[in-house]
Amino acid sequence: MFVVAALFLIGLQGPPSAPVNTCVSCHLEAGDDLAAPIAKVADDVHGKRGFSCVHCHGGDAGEADMDKAMDPRKGFVGKPAPKQIPVICGKCHSNADTMKRFNPGIRVDQEAEYRTSMHGKRLAQGDVKAATCVSCHGNHGIRAVSDPNAPVFPTHVAETCGRCHSDAAYMKPYGIPTDQAAKYKASVHADALFKMQDLSAPTCNDCHGNHGATPPGTASVANVCGTCHARQSELFGAGPHKSAFDTMGVGECLACHGNHEVFRPTDAFIGTGNKAICIKCHNQGEPGYETAATIRQDLLTLSERIAGADSVLERAARAGMEVSRARFELTEANHDLTNARVLIHSFSAPGVEKATGPALAIADKARQAGENALKEWTFRRKGLAVSLLVIALAIVSVYLKIRQIEAGS
Amino acid sequence: MSPNDEHVRSTPPSWFDWLDDRLGLRAARHLAEKKTVPVHRHSIWYYFGGMTLFLFTIQVSTGILLLLYYRPSADTAFESVEFIMTQVRFGWLVRSIHNWSANLMIAALFIHMFSVFFLRAYRSPREITWLSGAFLLFLSLAFGFSGYLLPWNTLSFFATKVGTEVAGVVPVAGQFMVRFLRGGDEVTGATLTRFYGFHVAILPAITTALLTLHLLMVQQHGMSVPESVKEPVKTMKFLPNFLLRDIIGWLTALAALAALAAIFPWDLGVKADPFAPAPAGIRPEWFFMFMFQTLKLLPAKIGFVEGEVLGVLGFSLGGLVLLLVPLIDSRGSKRIAKILAAAGGLVMIYILAMTVAGYLE
Repeated sequence: MFVVAALFLIGLQGPPSAPVNTCVSCHLEAGDDLAAPIAKVADDVHGKRGFSCVHCHGGDAGEADMDKAMDPRKGFVGKPAPKQIPVICGKCHSNADTMKRFNPGIRVDQEAEYRTSMHGKRLAQGDVKAATCVSCHGNHGIRAVSDPNAPVFPTHVAETCGRCHSDAAYMKPYGIPTDQAAKYKASVHADALFKMQDLSAPTCNDCHGNHGATPPGTASVANVCGTCHARQSELFGAGPHKSAFDTMGVGECLACHGNHEVFRPTDAFIGTGNKAICIKCHNQGEPGYETAATIRQDLLTLSERIAGADSVLERAARAGMEVSRARFELTEANHDLTNARVLIHSFSAPGVEKATGPALAIADKARQAGENALKEWTFRRKGLAVSLLVIALAIVSVYLKIRQIEAGS
Repeated sequence: MSPNDEHVRSTPPSWFDWLDDRLGLRAARHLAEKKTVPVHRHSIWYYFGGMTLFLFTIQVSTGILLLLYYRPSADTAFESVEFIMTQVRFGWLVRSIHNWSANLMIAALFIHMFSVFFLRAYRSPREITWLSGAFLLFLSLAFGFSGYLLPWNTLSFFATKVGTEVAGVVPVAGQFMVRFLRGGDEVTGATLTRFYGFHVAILPAITTALLTLHLLMVQQHGMSVPESVKEPVKTMKFLPNFLLRDIIGWLTALAALAALAAIFPWDLGVKADPFAPAPAGIRPEWFFMFMFQTLKLLPAKIGFVEGEVLGVLGFSLGGLVLLLVPLIDSRGSKRIAKILAAAGGLVMIYILAMTVAGYLE
């Protein structure tokens, strides 16, 4: 009976309580700066997966005695020195066996890549100002890259890099510009990222790499741009400018488009006008000058014809005419115009005309459809006027007939 | 005419005589000439029945013309309507008149129904006239619902999706009704073909039968005179006096249709893409707006019943009460007549308010 009662009482006991984390209890007790990391850990991607202080800082979180808990013989490292940070993070992040327990698809070469980066190289040389893992990802409140609040989420990357690279005092020893982030924010890429919320638009790490961050040299910049702008890169590589730029040591894409402050390109970039880039190198009378002028004129003519057709179709549509087919076909001409703007990178006037030629025919056909619709609209109005007149006469006739009949009776 | 009359004739028979010998036209003309229409301060409402009939004949004739080019499949429907609008000579006019006339017909039908209701023209012996008329109203709404999908554009596709989903909330039979209407679980090309069948064959066949009955009943019992009109009631001849007035109304409607079709040709929209997300601002045709708006405003739960279920059941009950009006008001009780008139007035205001609210949103 006693045995049964004892077993029953044992059954009533609650589950064993979680072991006390003495790092947390002591740091909370100490307060201020020492307590600050504790609150941040709650949102930390590692904390949520069961990692605790000792996984990075070492020591023994089960030990109540502070000296024993923070005993270097138990691996305690305290606040890691910058040089230790990639090693500490790499303990797990460079270990495929460990990482696949949490995310089988995650890369494990970040530390190795970091060692090849400008940051990694400087750190190896003893530059403690060089960025390490925590400089970009944070330390106690680390969020997943896919978390919109993470400092490495695409919309925050420029700001994160700019924390150091836009700080003139911090960057002074390196002698590099500090206006990259500001310039980037004025670029077409930033417009796409911030205004259109297009997360595929490039930010700092898309051109410079993230863990292996290094400025691309003039020889490799076309490869960087070409990862997204593949067709342009291919055309440029096969065109006459490739060898000329290589000889001059000019960065291929950035010679015309710039680097951080990449403006939205306009048709005025090409040609021989005031805003044209071609005339920086090509003088009147040269074949390149003539080619630039021809390409510019082709683009201008096509743009004007498309705009003209669009305007006529718009008028027709606003008048209630059914011109959706013609409008749809006109989008083909717009696609060809876009294609022609890509073909500019071949710097061949006949090459560009392969796209503009058919597009001009489409634009003219669409304009004709719009004009026909407007003629039909006029015809309908006249038809309506005649019909209403005939109906009005019929109504008057019937009315008079009623009066005649009823006057007679 | 007896066989002996043939010998009495001195001149060869005219075409009318020839037809009369075979069809008995003189008897019909005699009947029409004898027919009279009461004249009083409410006579204006008599014209809306004829107006609805006129617009219905326009629907039939323009519908037949559209049939010559329309192709009822998900791959071809939109393109065939586009072809009608842009390539067929006066195709735009025929389609626009068909659409505008459908809307005007339903408007005329509502006016006709409410005028008959408030003038209590449904009283004995006109119960069957009322019943057939109420069914014709439901059929017209079904025509509108089925016809809306036929151009297979984005708006009609998603409106049909929402509209058929509503049937699904009916207890017990709901899912069967959805599958019956859609020809499957989703709105697809099968739904389009099915709606086409409803629109051009099944509904017209039932409508023709009911319309014939309705017109026969009108002919049988004549026009109802409201109780408030004191005897003796003045009358006018149906032929030609009333018919000529009818014709003036029809010509006016024709002018309005021509103007609407020419100034506001019916929009074609964008071809339906079943895989695209539903666009914002989906709404049904105006005559379903009050129901749509009500279902939108109802809370998710009313007591232990889902709000939408209660809404659909409420509208079904409303339809049933509409059919039973002559039965409810059969004893000549002034109290019941007053209650019915007040309820009818409230329903009319409710329909108008919800329709306006739906468009203002």
